[in-house]
Amino acid sequence: MSTIAHLAAQLSGGDAERMVPRTGITANLTMFAAGAMAFLCVFALALLFSTSRVAERWASELANTATVRISAPAGQEEAQVAAVLAVLEQTPGISSARAMSDDEQALLLAPWLGPDLPLADLPVPRLVEITEASGGFDAEGLRLRLRAEAPGAVLDDHTRWRAPLIEAADRLRSLGWLAILLIAASMAAMVTLAATAALAANGQVIEVLRLAGARDAFVVRAFTRRFTLRAFTGAMVGAVFAMAAVAVMPNPGAAASFFSGLGFRGGEWFAPLFVPFAAAIVAFLSTRLAATRRLRSIR
Amino acid sequence: MNPRQRWGKQAETKRGSRVIELSNVSYSYGDRRLFSEISLALPAGSFHFLTGPSGSGKTTLLKLLYLELRPQAGQIALFGQDAAGLSRDQVALARQRIGIVHQDCRFLDHLSVADNIALPLTVAGRNVAAERGNMNELMSWVGLGAQATSTPPQLSGGERQRAALARAVILSPDVVLADEPTGNVDWEMSTRLLSLLVELNRMGKTVLIATHDLHLIRQAKAQVSARVLRIREGKLQLAGSDL
Ligand SMILES: Nc1ncnc2c1ncn2[C@@H]1O[C@H](COP(=O)(O)OP(=O)(O)OP(=O)(O)O)[C@@H](O)[C@H]1O
Ligand SMILES: [Mg+2]
Repeated sequence: MSTIAHLAAQLSGGDAERMVPRTGITANLTMFAAGAMAFLCVFALALLFSTSRVAERWASELANTATVRISAPAGQEEAQVAAVLAVLEQTPGISSARAMSDDEQALLLAPWLGPDLPLADLPVPRLVEITEASGGFDAEGLRLRLRAEAPGAVLDDHTRWRAPLIEAADRLRSLGWLAILLIAASMAAMVTLAATAALAANGQVIEVLRLAGARDAFVVRAFTRRFTLRAFTGAMVGAVFAMAAVAVMPNPGAAASFFSGLGFRGGEWFAPLFVPFAAAIVAFLSTRLAATRRLRSIR
Repeated sequence: MNPRQRWGKQAETKRGSRVIELSNVSYSYGDRRLFSEISLALPAGSFHFLTGPSGSGKTTLLKLLYLELRPQAGQIALFGQDAAGLSRDQVALARQRIGIVHQDCRFLDHLSVADNIALPLTVAGRNVAAERGNMNELMSWVGLGAQATSTPPQLSGGERQRAALARAVILSPDVVLADEPTGNVDWEMSTRLLSLLVELNRMGKTVLIATHDLHLIRQAKAQVSARVLRIREGKLQLAGSDL
């Protein structure tokens, strides 16, 4: 890509850059702002990865199980369970179906109703656990057939409460992307402001360079190299600080199933390392645009 | 020292062809008309002086020649090409063939004198370090050997003009346009600077000097065949033998 090639050319040889006097304050402010942006960007990245992870886990945990609840008068219970199992056996997309034993049901209810539950004396519905095959099954069709074969059976395929959770995770992920885009845009705006100020302050220098025979590319390079390097350096420092902050973030551990904590896992740690390069590219393009615009008024 | 050996690249332009040509050029600053329909042709290898009262437009005319200003009417041709049709890169390349001594010198004050003189080399992408020998010789020729590491604001008026002339010729240009190059220098140094320009002209380079200095003109006429142009009432005239 030509931008990358340009970028590489910028970083070698500072002949052009020397032609423009340094201004301490804009240099430091640009570097600081790039650092702050990179810090925020790394957090946004951590948010993206974490929500993706959570959403994936929710989806995988919830997606391939469903239950059928059977509430029938005492005498008909066993017959309806058998009917349900028969229907499930013939339903495509279901890899297995199994009626839970009394012990298993008691175990499920224990957290709410305590141990030593006299399950037999209570009108507790019977549960049939379904494991979906990879393609999933047609929930509506199954519901209709169950209604015909076993009037006391209710299919609970979790979609009712799975959908909003995954939607929330998706929304959070979109927000993460939006945050990263906004950070990049602010970075571009900030570099454009700084570069425009530098270009305005050095109008006479640009004129002298042009009159001495400098091509536009030379003049542009005098500014882009500087702002690209500043943005890169600042963003590198900011990203490293943010990575350190993410690394020492307390992790709620596996127990906290709802939210697994903000952070990077394994290979994800490489992602924040791209932030300084992205900052350099944004700074390079913004400065080049500002310089090209400025040069239009200087012959 | 013999400049021919040092900056001895022969002018690429054929002697006699027109390196710079103005045709019916008009120029005004706002409402104030400075030139109306002036024409001028500088043949390759020619030596011209440009005179006229202060404020008559000598500097403005030079700025038109090196394309810093655009005329409101008329055409300017550089090295046989219509300037209006040149791309920005082509303008830059044309300027690399023109050495300019600005009346106000126009240095980059944060760079050393040596870096300023080397500026045309730098912007043309030449290896400045490889030209160090030429640089040093040129700098001592204009009497700035000791000032290489000073900055332009530290120079005297005459030293600035010498540095400006050195910068104008470092790239061995085909044309030298000098605006009052000897305004602040003493007699001896102005003789010396003139001899550099005369020597460049003998090598085939085209020279145009804007000046008030009649002594300089007379001195030059003794060495080369120089024509004297005068700006009067917005027109360009060839001055007679009174000069
Ligand atoms: N940028 C400008 N805007 C408006 N008027 C200008 C500008 N530059 C020059 N002038 C006017 O144009 C006229 C010609 O100026 P110029 O500098 O070309 O004169 P000159 O012949 O070089 O004078 P000198 O011998 O004093 O250097 C002057 O009256 C000057 O005030
Ligand atoms: Mg003048």
